[in-house]
Amino acid sequence: MNSEQLGQQIELAHGSGGKSTYRLIRSAILPALKNPILESLSDAAVVDYGAGRIALTTDSFVVHPLMFSGGSIGKLAINGTVNDLAVSGAQPRAILLSLIVEAGLPMDVFLREIQAIAEASRIATVPVIGGDTKVVEHGKGDGLYITTTGLGIVDPKVNLSPQRIKPGDQVIVSGPIGDHGIAILLARGEIELEANLGSDSRPLWPLIKAMISVHPAAVKWMRDPTRGGVATALNELSREIKMGVVLFEEMIPLREEVRGACEILGLDPLHIACEGQFVAIVEKDLLLEILKELRKVPGGEEATHIGEIREQPAGVVLAVSSYGGSRRVDMLIGDPLPRIC
Amino acid sequence: MQFVDEFRNKELIQKTAQEIARRVDPKIQYRIMEVCGGHTFSIYRFGLHELLPPNIELIHGPGCPVCVLPMGRIDEGMSLANDDSVILTAFGDMMRVPGKKGSPLELKAKGRDIRMIYSPLDNLKLAIENRDKKIVFFAIGFETTAPSTALTLIQAKKLGIKNFFVFSNHVLIVPAIRAILDSPDMRIDGFIGPGHVSTVIGCQPYEFISKNYRKPIVISGFEPLDLLESILKIVQQLQEGRNEVENQYNRVVRWEGNRTALKVIQEVFELRPYFEWRGLGFISQSALKINKSYAQWDAEEHFQLNRIVLTDPKSSQCGEVLKGVLKPYQCKLFGKVCNPEHPVGALMVSSEGACAAYYQHTGRKEGITDSL
Repeated sequence: MNSEQLGQQIELAHGSGGKSTYRLIRSAILPALKNPILESLSDAAVVDYGAGRIALTTDSFVVHPLMFSGGSIGKLAINGTVNDLAVSGAQPRAILLSLIVEAGLPMDVFLREIQAIAEASRIATVPVIGGDTKVVEHGKGDGLYITTTGLGIVDPKVNLSPQRIKPGDQVIVSGPIGDHGIAILLARGEIELEANLGSDSRPLWPLIKAMISVHPAAVKWMRDPTRGGVATALNELSREIKMGVVLFEEMIPLREEVRGACEILGLDPLHIACEGQFVAIVEKDLLLEILKELRKVPGGEEATHIGEIREQPAGVVLAVSSYGGSRRVDMLIGDPLPRIC
Repeated sequence: MQFVDEFRNKELIQKTAQEIARRVDPKIQYRIMEVCGGHTFSIYRFGLHELLPPNIELIHGPGCPVCVLPMGRIDEGMSLANDDSVILTAFGDMMRVPGKKGSPLELKAKGRDIRMIYSPLDNLKLAIENRDKKIVFFAIGFETTAPSTALTLIQAKKLGIKNFFVFSNHVLIVPAIRAILDSPDMRIDGFIGPGHVSTVIGCQPYEFISKNYRKPIVISGFEPLDLLESILKIVQQLQEGRNEVENQYNRVVRWEGNRTALKVIQEVFELRPYFEWRGLGFISQSALKINKSYAQWDAEEHFQLNRIVLTDPKSSQCGEVLKGVLKPYQCKLFGKVCNPEHPVGALMVSSEGACAAYYQHTGRKEGITDSL
C-alpha cells in the first residue's frame, strides 16, 4: 500500500485504535516486520519457551488529562499492561517502565503518578522490575508519557485461538462498557454533564483466572477493548474468522451515566474505550457455567452474555434489537466525535 | 431513562409496525422523506427500515447541516485558521467535513489552532482566556442551533467582548423543503417533519406543504416509536386522502414554537437574499446573516472573506441523493472512493448524513467493496 492510500501524513485518527490504526498496522507495519507471532495481532505476543509459553506486551500511555475520575495515567499504565497479558491467558509476572517526562511537570504530579504506579502494581501483584527515565524540553511532551513492557506466563491449560471459533459460540463481556472513555471525556471538562462516573481501570487477571481454571478449553478468544471499544475488537475478530458477530443490543451492560452521555452526545457506547473489562468468545454449552464462575469473583458480578457467532453475515458485526431491527456496527472511524447539531 | 425508554418499548414498536403493514395498500408505493438528519440516523441506528413493509420507501432529506454546506463555504471558514491570531472553533460534527484542502481535523494535525466546542457559549470563555487571539466560531445548523449562536452574540455584546467572531452558516428548513417540492424530479408523497427545528419554529410554518402542495407532514420525535407512529400517521393521511400538518412530537414541540428562541434569532440575524446549498444550488432567503447591529462580531465583515466558489467533484451525486432521486448506494462513488474515513461528498461525513448512516449501519450492497 502506498502513502496515497494511507494518507499523506500521520493524523490523530491513525492512533485512535479504530479503522485507520488497523489499516496503518496491516498495510505499513506488518508487511515490513512480517513474522507469524506478530501477524496474530493479539494483545500480547505468545512465545514458546522451554516446555511452556511466555507472553510479552508493550504499550504507551499518552492520556490527557493525567488524572481523571477513577484513575490516572500511572494506574492506567500498570492495569493496561497486565490486562493485555491477562487476555492472552497469561498470569502477569513483571513490568518494565519507561517514563518520558516534560520539563516543567510539577514534582508533586510526578510523585503522585509514581505512587499510583506503585499502588496499582501492588494490587495487581505484579512488580515493576526495571525501567528508564527521560526528560524532554518543555512543550515537547504532554506532561508525562509512560511506556510499559509486560511479561507473563501463559497458563498451560489455555488454548486461545480464533481458528477454534465456530458458529454458535457465544460472546460475553465482563461488565458494563464505556466507563473509561466517558470518564475521560468528562474529566477534560469540555462538557458540563453531571455524572458520577469513574474509569473502570482495574486488573483483570483474577476474573480471567477464575474462568480458565474451571473451563480452560471453553474460552476461545479474549480481548481488552480499549481504544476503539468493543465494536473495533469484534470487527477485527469477525474479519479474521470471516464469520458474523451478532450482538443483542438490549443485553449489552451499560451504566445509566454512560448511556445518558452517549445519548446526549450521539456516541455509540460500543466505540467507547474500556480499561477494566474484557470481551470473550466462549463455547455455548458452558456459557452459563462460565458466567457463574465470573460472577463469583468480586468485580465480576455484572459479567453478561451479549451475543453470538454466526456464519452470516461474514466479516460483519451486527447489533439486533429485541423488536427485530438491526444495524451494522462498524469499527471506530477517527476519534468518537460528539454530534451537537 | 425518562423520555427514552417509553419510546423504545418492544411491544408498542412491534404493534405499531404491524399496524403500518395492515394499513398500507400493497399496490401503492409510499415515498416518505425524513427531512431531518437526526431521523436518518435513528432509522438506521434502530434498524427501523427493516420493520416496514417493502412498499414504504424512506427518502433521506436535506436536514443535516454539514451535508448541505457547500465546499467553498467550508474552505472560506477554514482559511481563517491560517491566520496565526485566530483560534477557529466548531462543533464535533464539523471536524471531519472535507473542504478542498482537507478537513478541520486535518488542518489541526498540520498545527493550526482549531478546537472542538460543545456549546457556542464556550467561545466566550475562550475569548476571555485568550485576549490576544481572535476566536472565530464556525457556526452551522438550522433553526435548532441558531438561537444559541444568537444568545452567544447577545452575551458578547453585553460583556463587551471584542475578540469573538461568528462565521454564520445557519440555514432555514422551510426554504429547503420548498426547493425540494419545486424540484422537477420531485417524487415524495409525504414528509416526516424535523423534531428539533420544530421546537423552535413550531408547526405553523409547514402549512404551505399541506395547503399548496397537498402533501401530509408529521412532525416526529427521534425514538423508534416516535418515527413509526409518524409513519403510521402519514400512511393514514395518504389512505384517507388528507394533507395535514400533524404533530406527533407534541411532548416537546408546540404549535406556535418557542417565541423566546425566535425572538433572539430576530434580534441578531437577518435573511440572506440567497445562499448556496450543496446539492440543491442557490435558494433565496434560505440562510441567516448577522445583522448590522451585531456586525462587529461578524467574521465575514471583520475578515473581509473572499467568496470561494468550488464545485463538488463531478462524479459525486450528493444532490440526487439529497432529493431522493438516488439511494446512497446508487451513487457512483459510494463505498469506493467515498467512505466515512475519506468522504468525498458531505453526505458521507456527519453520522446524520444519508450516505454515512447507510454505509455504517447497513450491510454493503452488492458490488461495493470494503475500504479495508
